[in-house]
Amino acid sequence: MTSQVITVSSGKGGVGKTTAVANIAVALAATGAKVVCVDGDIGLRNLDVVMGLENRIVYDIVDVIEGRCKLRQAMIRDKHLPELYLIPAAQTRDKNAVSPSDMVRLCNDLRADVDYVLIDSPAGIERGFRNAIAAADKVLVVTNPEVSAVRDADRVIGILEAEEKRAPALIINRLNPALVKQHDMLSAEDVLDLLGITLIGVVPEDETVIVGSNRGTPVAQDLKSRAGQAFRNIARRIQGEEVPFLDMDKQAGIWDRLQKMAGRR
Amino acid sequence: MDNLTSIVHIKGIRDSLLVSLADAPWEEQRAALLAQIDGQPTFFQGARLALDVGAQVLKVNEMVELRDHLSERNVSLWAVVSESPTTEKTAQLLGLATRVSKPRPEEQRASEIGDITDETALFVNKTLRSGTRVEFKGHVVVVGDVNPGAEIVADGSVIVWGRLRGAVAAGAKGNPGAVVCALDFVPMRLQLGDQSLNAADREETGRPEMAVLRDGSIVVESWQSGSIG
Repeated sequence: MTSQVITVSSGKGGVGKTTAVANIAVALAATGAKVVCVDGDIGLRNLDVVMGLENRIVYDIVDVIEGRCKLRQAMIRDKHLPELYLIPAAQTRDKNAVSPSDMVRLCNDLRADVDYVLIDSPAGIERGFRNAIAAADKVLVVTNPEVSAVRDADRVIGILEAEEKRAPALIINRLNPALVKQHDMLSAEDVLDLLGITLIGVVPEDETVIVGSNRGTPVAQDLKSRAGQAFRNIARRIQGEEVPFLDMDKQAGIWDRLQKMAGRR
Repeated sequence: MDNLTSIVHIKGIRDSLLVSLADAPWEEQRAALLAQIDGQPTFFQGARLALDVGAQVLKVNEMVELRDHLSERNVSLWAVVSESPTTEKTAQLLGLATRVSKPRPEEQRASEIGDITDETALFVNKTLRSGTRVEFKGHVVVVGDVNPGAEIVADGSVIVWGRLRGAVAAGAKGNPGAVVCALDFVPMRLQLGDQSLNAADREETGRPEMAVLRDGSIVVESWQSGSIG
């Protein structure tokens, strides 16, 4: 199998790029694929926290690029999945410490060794974003069903089109079906209608995601989590499987349904 | 400096700059290009560069070094065009394009046509996404959507075969016959001549509609065949 470099991007901050990277990586690695995550958010790193690997960092991406360590030395192995690695960002440097060609070189070195390289892009459309997409074979654009996030996603897609990258795929994160029903939130259809690119996943709003991020155990490992299921489905779609989209109406958990019944009767 | 700049020839192509280098040793060519960029930093800020090196053979590290130098100046190198197969291979190895695609016909025409008449239109065959701006001295025809955050400024009319949700200014030079039509007409901002219309004032109808100037104010009516005059 040839390896793939996938960049997760969004334009707007706080839509869940880092969480998506961590969860997709975990889900891919759980299928036996060898995965390396690269934190492209130099200066504001947090993929290591979400993956629970913060206290194992010795070397970071800037050390590799500036030749202070070997690539292998900066690859931190995950606590649970033996085929999952993280190359953390440097916290004490900024985006200018890395150039797009550094990223291309780094990813080419990684390709020899792994099945998937997942790059977490910083917010914005400046240097850090350019670095993150420089080496990408595929870009996943994450958005929330909010007008501002969709607007920024549109801009990012426009830039990717101008760069003549392959058409990006869309992840709609934190969809709340109840709010959509009340017409208080954009629906997945509304978002797709505007952006007009392929959908690769819809992740329901789920508080277990936040809990997982804080604990450093991405929810993709939690078989009971709906959001975890959505991320696992995205991973399978990346691997070329056809997976039907989750039925968002079923999203209300068993407790909600019990409570509803109790309330009504 | 005169000597230096004569080595570098810069031409705008599509959304990037094509830089051709005259025959000289690579060190000189490189220095000339960088000097040129440093001389006009604002012009080159954020530019995408395609480099035509002629028959020059470039080594990997030379190309990488140049790319890094450029990216420090916030200029991205995306293509290296060369007659030498070795250089082409090197460029491909670095993930650079080796062929500069021909300018899209519409843009080529836009720059070639000297006189823009009542019948000149720019044909845009794609969705205009947030952050894009199309400006043309004739009419503009878009086959695709105009998303919120995109802008069109035309001296003539604007026809959108798709959803119009961005900002449009038509008849910008005071052409009273200019119209704006779209299959789904929900512009965020609409300007016809010196009149403007606020999006908040109207409801989406889902039918093709057309905005015209009548007695000095904007009227939006259903878009019927033959109604553009």
